[in-house]
Amino acid sequence: MSGGTRLENANPVIFQRSGERLLTATDEDEDVHDPIDDREIFDLIRSINDPEHPLSLEELNVVEQIRVKVNDAESTVGVEFTPTIPHCSMATLIGLSIKVKLLRSLPDRFKIDVHITPGTHASEEAVNKQLADKERVAAALENLSLLEVVNQCLSTRNI
Amino acid sequence: MKESLSLVQKLSAHPDSRCWFVSWSPSGTLLASCGGDKAIRIWGREGDSWICKSVLQDSHQRTVRKVAWSPCGNYLASASFDATTCIWKKKNDDFESLTVLEGHENEVKCVAWAPSGNLLATCSRDKSVWVWEVDEEDEYECVTVVNSHTQDVKHVVWHPNQELLASASYDNNICIYKEEDDDWECRATLKGHTSTVWSLSFDAAGQRLASCSDDRTVKIWKEYPNESAQGDLSWKCICTLSGYHGRTVYDIAWCPLTGALATACGDDTVRVFKEDVTADPDQPVFSLAAQMTRAHNQDVNCVAWNPKEVGLLASCSDDGDISIWQFQEED
Repeated sequence: MSGGTRLENANPVIFQRSGERLLTATDEDEDVHDPIDDREIFDLIRSINDPEHPLSLEELNVVEQIRVKVNDAESTVGVEFTPTIPHCSMATLIGLSIKVKLLRSLPDRFKIDVHITPGTHASEEAVNKQLADKERVAAALENLSLLEVVNQCLSTRNI
Repeated sequence: MKESLSLVQKLSAHPDSRCWFVSWSPSGTLLASCGGDKAIRIWGREGDSWICKSVLQDSHQRTVRKVAWSPCGNYLASASFDATTCIWKKKNDDFESLTVLEGHENEVKCVAWAPSGNLLATCSRDKSVWVWEVDEEDEYECVTVVNSHTQDVKHVVWHPNQELLASASYDNNICIYKEEDDDWECRATLKGHTSTVWSLSFDAAGQRLASCSDDRTVKIWKEYPNESAQGDLSWKCICTLSGYHGRTVYDIAWCPLTGALATACGDDTVRVFKEDVTADPDQPVFSLAAQMTRAHNQDVNCVAWNPKEVGLLASCSDDGDISIWQFQEED
């Protein structure tokens, strides 16, 4: 996807993928109220593709379940993501992909906040501000070439 | 005294899309809305309810972010992410596209008419504010491009009776412009917000300006007599409303008829604040008079007071709906 250009982080550390979620008896029971939990949100974002490497955000440890906070009752979702290197130029794109995935998957009532894990990126504040600006996110998603890149990050990979 | 907000009507204005902004015509009889579906809709009252009178589409290629009526009510301007501003002329009950103003490098975020109707201002993500002059032949000419902001400019608004322009930006600042020898210059930079300033509203007399921000506060600014010799304007923050808004405050509207201050917030709530009239004018006190939690199912993007009907308030949301509210004060 990087089109033959030099990789910013040529040898990233690769992490183990987590196992499948264990289903319990109540999960299948339609009569039991089943609020959206951290693991479900994590499952939505863990297989997003890294824009540079043929690896998922989970395998690069960009997203972790402990950095996902959902409050179903208050309809809020907070996700912190950790760029692989502090000057990663893909940070905004990765954050945008996470945001778009959640916007498309969750009910409209949810307020979705995507931030960089504090202290892990040189332009943390600027990236966070841009991701929080829904007007700029809306404008970015009307940009067809950018939308295509985001959709590639969100597409299911065949290994 | 007890105040309340009650729902008059809910309109599914821009289904499957966002409704970004609403604007009342100067007579208060029409409401224009715009949204992510690239369309503009004109709403008017029929009997007891508001209905869609016309749909203006096929002129913009992308989201229509804001709309503004000329002071005479015969023209409508629309600002779009497609980097253009369209001017529409009212013909009987319909509108025709008169001209398209081009020049901004990218998304136009806001458009506003001066009280005289002879000037128009636009602002954009390209960090600039443009002032356009309109002549009798409906020709538009850009007279100034001002680059006082260092980031995306979100909003422009004219003073209610002077040729004074204010703008709000992603750079957290507000700029005030005045004409000097055929050139518009930034004469004051209002600093105080700690994040994006999304919108501005002057009070009826134009002596004070209210601003709202991503920092979840509202600030009231007041003009003071000139202290410096340079001719710069002196605006000071005289009040900060904090602790009321749960998320970003996207819009603010100061009612010219009642002085009530309404806010549109990312926590889906519409709030109305009233000023304590006995307080020191240099240290005003505003208190929450009414609030409608879950006024919409998603973020509230805009609030607008009807310019003629006391207490009639319109709001719109990411859920695509417009709501019309009646704000009532009971003794």
